[in-house]
Amino acid sequence: MAPYASDDSTTAGDGDDLRAARRRKAARYVVPVTVVGVAAATIGLVPAIADSGDPDLPEITAQQLIEKIAQSDVQQLSGTFKITTDLGLPDLGGLESSLTSGAMGSGDGSSADPTAKLTELASGTHTLRVAADGPDRQKLSLLENAAEYSLIHNGKDIWGYDSKSNEVFHGTAEEARGEKGKGRTEEVPATPKDLTEEALKAVDDTTSVTVDGTAQVAGRDAYRLLIKPKQSGTTVGAITVAVDAKTGMPLKFTLTPSSGGAAVIDAGFTQVDFAKPAASTFDFTPPKGAKVTEEGELDGAASEHGAARSEDELRKEFEKEFGGPKSEGERGKAPEGGPEVIGEGWNSVAVFDTGGEGVPSGAEVGGDMGGFLDSLGDKVTGKFGSGTVFKTRLINALITDDGKVYVGAVDKAALVKAAESAK
Amino acid sequence: MSRAEAIGKPSPLWTFGLLRSELITTFRRWRTLALLGVLAAVPILVGIAVKIETGDGSSMGGGGPQGGGGGPAFISQITNNGLFLVFTALAATLPFFLPMAIGVIAGDAIAGEANAGTLRYLLVAPAGRTRLLLTKYATTMAFCLVATLVVAVSALTVGALLFPLGDLTTISGTRISFAEGLGRALLIALVVAVSLIGVAALGLFVSTLTNSGIAAMATTVGLLITVQILDQIPQLHAIHPYFFSHYWLSFADLMREPVYWDDLVKNLGVQALYAAVFGSAAWARFMAKDITA
Repeated sequence: MAPYASDDSTTAGDGDDLRAARRRKAARYVVPVTVVGVAAATIGLVPAIADSGDPDLPEITAQQLIEKIAQSDVQQLSGTFKITTDLGLPDLGGLESSLTSGAMGSGDGSSADPTAKLTELASGTHTLRVAADGPDRQKLSLLENAAEYSLIHNGKDIWGYDSKSNEVFHGTAEEARGEKGKGRTEEVPATPKDLTEEALKAVDDTTSVTVDGTAQVAGRDAYRLLIKPKQSGTTVGAITVAVDAKTGMPLKFTLTPSSGGAAVIDAGFTQVDFAKPAASTFDFTPPKGAKVTEEGELDGAASEHGAARSEDELRKEFEKEFGGPKSEGERGKAPEGGPEVIGEGWNSVAVFDTGGEGVPSGAEVGGDMGGFLDSLGDKVTGKFGSGTVFKTRLINALITDDGKVYVGAVDKAALVKAAESAK
Repeated sequence: MSRAEAIGKPSPLWTFGLLRSELITTFRRWRTLALLGVLAAVPILVGIAVKIETGDGSSMGGGGPQGGGGGPAFISQITNNGLFLVFTALAATLPFFLPMAIGVIAGDAIAGEANAGTLRYLLVAPAGRTRLLLTKYATTMAFCLVATLVVAVSALTVGALLFPLGDLTTISGTRISFAEGLGRALLIALVVAVSLIGVAALGLFVSTLTNSGIAAMATTVGLLITVQILDQIPQLHAIHPYFFSHYWLSFADLMREPVYWDDLVKNLGVQALYAAVFGSAAWARFMAKDITA
């Protein structure tokens, strides 16, 4: 095209030419518009096309599938794992930092301490990487923006490395067994296998378990196991577990609330490989200049601070949710007196007696945490006296004014009933 | 080269000549050199600041559980290994300094020529508008690469002078050799340069809309800041993945072991999309533009 073509046409002055030139001008903009259209179509359609439908697998009964899970003996794997938790709590991102800073005091703690890190999983979406090679070598990494938190178990060493602050946490496996409740898995069940085992413990005549077709998870064919409570009054709607057809390993775990809406917990592999991970994956030497905290040093830092207890309560919510209380995880920080359980199956309500001291109310705790507690509260009165109900989409807790705490995956009415029956 | 030849069918060599003259003109400008100088100064400042902070042997940000969380990515690892200064410098310049420099160069590409009254002379040469536009875009992308490499090389030099080098620990906690670390640093520099393609295309499009070079630069940089702000608003998370800056810091995923490719691939896709959309929009506009100056 000649450089002055457009000038020539506009100066020609002839109406037809002018209109033709305008049309040509407009026609060129078809190109960028087409590019946008094609891009939008690609973004919209490719996932739909890639989703090749549910795989065709031989029929299997729920019993056989559960046995398959039980027999599953996957020793070696590596994969990427996504966990989305939506308890209906406000975003814990900022709150979490105030919790840990409150709990750890100034400078005593280490951001590489596993308990501080894993609380973050209670809210939002997180990408994790897991790698395992036999019972002695595992690695769990929490992927963050331009940083990563890694928990590495290699032989007798347990390392936590927080690349953001360049801090290292070091413990040994023997100590961990006694005190930390066999590492992370018992405190926060994070892999689908852990979650499924916890859920299966709760299976009895209060629960229906069926095989609900097949699905494709992380590029592998899987059966879907549907676990549903038969009782009413619970906040748990259904639990779906996708089980790998070949290895029997649970690949995806979804918990939907009875109130409907998005899943409360949606945890699954986005990529998984059952080959032996490279040995170097589990090697760790603290980098030069990194601050190393030994496990023993942290015990003194666990104070009786109100916020520290709240953190513990969060963890307890996780434990409660997946069957019986596991008190070895509580490490003496829990309120006095073991929990007593009212009701059965899905409607179990655990009762804690905090010894009349009461729950940290908003004013007591103060700050962010206080506002947070108050915003969740909901005053109730009944034969048991009066109290406050704290609600999430899954776990509800009734805290009476005389210091008793009723916690369960049940609705408000069931909590009040439990409190009245206890009187 | 005779005139008849050039009009009949410009040889590829001729395009190269145009590109070469464009490159020389761009990189000889004092403005360009000043921009590169500012970019080279950032790693020097970061390096000296970290050196002073840790001069008494204390580690960076050791003051509490979240103490090391502030500052650009990787900053707490610089004292372990000078190579991390490259990553920190790129993480510090990528959100603003680098795209701003690109915005200046890209915004100036067409509008600046129009403003100076040189655009019509460029178009008298039998190169054609499409070819001129492609040359301008190629020059801008060459500047993206040069600017990124200037930051990386300056950071590597400062890092080597002030801090120890050697095997480095990836953010996943595994160790890699220094040679592999250098390789990853080069790869990261390339990814950062590619991350700027989207801004370059946007700036070029804005540049074809106006005859004022300053207006084009200001608009491009303004758009950059707007997008960066919008990217921080959680309520808009549904459209965040389509912002050109959303996956910029994904270059850090190259420092994981194994490398986490998901976001890197998304970043490249977004950049390609912006290049295609705004590149073709710039073409449509420029082909039809009345050259009045």
